Amino acid sequence: MSATSADTRPGRTTDPALRGPVARPGSRLLHRMVWLRLSLLLSAPLAWMLLVYVVALAALLITSLWSVDSLTSEIDRSWTFDNFRTLVDNEVYRTVTLRTLGVAVAVTVIDVAIALPIAFYMAKVATPRVRRMLVVAVLTPLWASYLVKVFSWRVVLSEGGLADWTGFGSPGYGLTAVVITQAYIWLPYVILPIFASLERVPDSLLEAAGDLGAPSGLVLRSIVLPLLVPGIVAGAIFSFSLTMGDYITVNIVGGANQMLGNLVYINAGAANNLPLAAAIAMIPIVVMLVLLTAIRRTGALDNL
Amino acid sequence: MTLSPLSRRVLGGLTFGVLALIYVPLLVVVANSVNPSQSMTWPPDGVTFDWWSRAAHSDGAREALVTSLQVAVVATVLALILGTLLALALQRYSFFGKDAVNLLVILPIALPGVVTGIALNNGFKGIMGVDLALWTIVVAHATFCIVTVFNNVQARLRRMGTSLEEASADLGAGVWTTFRLVTLPQLRSALLAGGMLAFALSFDEIIVTTFTAGQGATTLPIWILNNMFRPNQAPVVNVVAVVLIIFSIIPVWLAQRLSSDVEGVR
Repeated sequence: MSATSADTRPGRTTDPALRGPVARPGSRLLHRMVWLRLSLLLSAPLAWMLLVYVVALAALLITSLWSVDSLTSEIDRSWTFDNFRTLVDNEVYRTVTLRTLGVAVAVTVIDVAIALPIAFYMAKVATPRVRRMLVVAVLTPLWASYLVKVFSWRVVLSEGGLADWTGFGSPGYGLTAVVITQAYIWLPYVILPIFASLERVPDSLLEAAGDLGAPSGLVLRSIVLPLLVPGIVAGAIFSFSLTMGDYITVNIVGGANQMLGNLVYINAGAANNLPLAAAIAMIPIVVMLVLLTAIRRTGALDNL
Repeated sequence: MTLSPLSRRVLGGLTFGVLALIYVPLLVVVANSVNPSQSMTWPPDGVTFDWWSRAAHSDGAREALVTSLQVAVVATVLALILGTLLALALQRYSFFGKDAVNLLVILPIALPGVVTGIALNNGFKGIMGVDLALWTIVVAHATFCIVTVFNNVQARLRRMGTSLEEASADLGAGVWTTFRLVTLPQLRSALLAGGMLAFALSFDEIIVTTFTAGQGATTLPIWILNNMFRPNQAPVVNVVAVVLIIFSIIPVWLAQRLSSDVEGVR
């Protein structure tokens, strides 16, 4: 804008007494009315989340209380607890639920056990240059496609594949392969929060404990570990929830095994029983809710 | 606390060992793309580029790639707009129900994938009564991509503070002018990072996608899944996997560039 045109406009004068508002009336209104600004900002994203997601979740709960007419395969919209009764009574659902939880627990325990020493080395032992390099090394596989990673394990564990060739032998496609693959895929998600909370532990704290005569093991156990709980919990929630919600890995490397997700998928699609699928999906929701409420006290949720 | 040299070495060996192991399966896939054996037996007994040329001529793979790019671009744009609006609202204002909104954004990604998948599937098919198609995938992806943009923008807004925006308003700039000339330029790298994450998340997503994809809508992950089990297509899938591995290096490289820029400013 040229200087002359700016000077002719009332808002651009340097004399404070003559200075009027430069902004347009609409903008002035927005500036005065905080609630108007806020509702303009909030309306679109909130409407999206409510209409797409909250409604869908609520509908899922309601659908789980419906049933499917076995003759017409139309959805019968009268309330019934039949689906949940099926889940409790039928052995298959109990077995699959326990199997899914077992795999999720195994993956979580393995990942935390591997992540702790690695995160400790990265945060407290490695030099800053090595540390930066290691962070990149942990982050890079996160960007590699999920399916590519599962596929690569299918190849490694296949008959005549790398695992066979090394002499360790391949466990074959089955639950062990599922645990290995899932632990592999979610490991970075567990390392990163633990690493982040370790970085926040001041070195001086460890030095002070050492100077006061505490042996390394005691320092780790009674000073470092308690400070890491939020990070560990955050990482554990990630790997647990991600494993529980996964049914593709078990399709690819799990042999004939099924997890909860498979049952949901089959009932939503081929078996054409959306109400039962919705009821099965309530299992992971309830598990996560119980877990999150139990964990809330530790304050780990602030780190998510 | 002083660690003995031995325990330092053990820790270091473990760290480097595990991190190296992380790359082994990916390298095996890369090596297998030139493995003459169709069943990919190890070790490869030669080198062939047949699979590469077959993949280059695979219409199915190319169409799936285009579909995935379309879905990811639209979902990312939606997520950028909605996530930024939400971050501005939550970071700059306080209102009743703020915590609930905060939780709501995280929920689609915090809940197990099958839950989000079946909820949206049921929402589309059972409640809205629409047929699954390509746009239903886009809606699903945008919903769980919002959080990545939201997180990045919110963190940036927190660090920015409000003094520059207040100065701009004191000097007479309107709300929109302040946003365009003061807020947005400061958000640029946060938007880039959030958008990149959203794009990668959408491009790669398979679980929610299988629940929301219509008959003809084949994204690249769906194509990979469908073809992985066909013995004569598996080597082509392997080549596509290698291409994806190569592409996944780009965001890492970009992120490094971005963070070194930030350090340069400091």
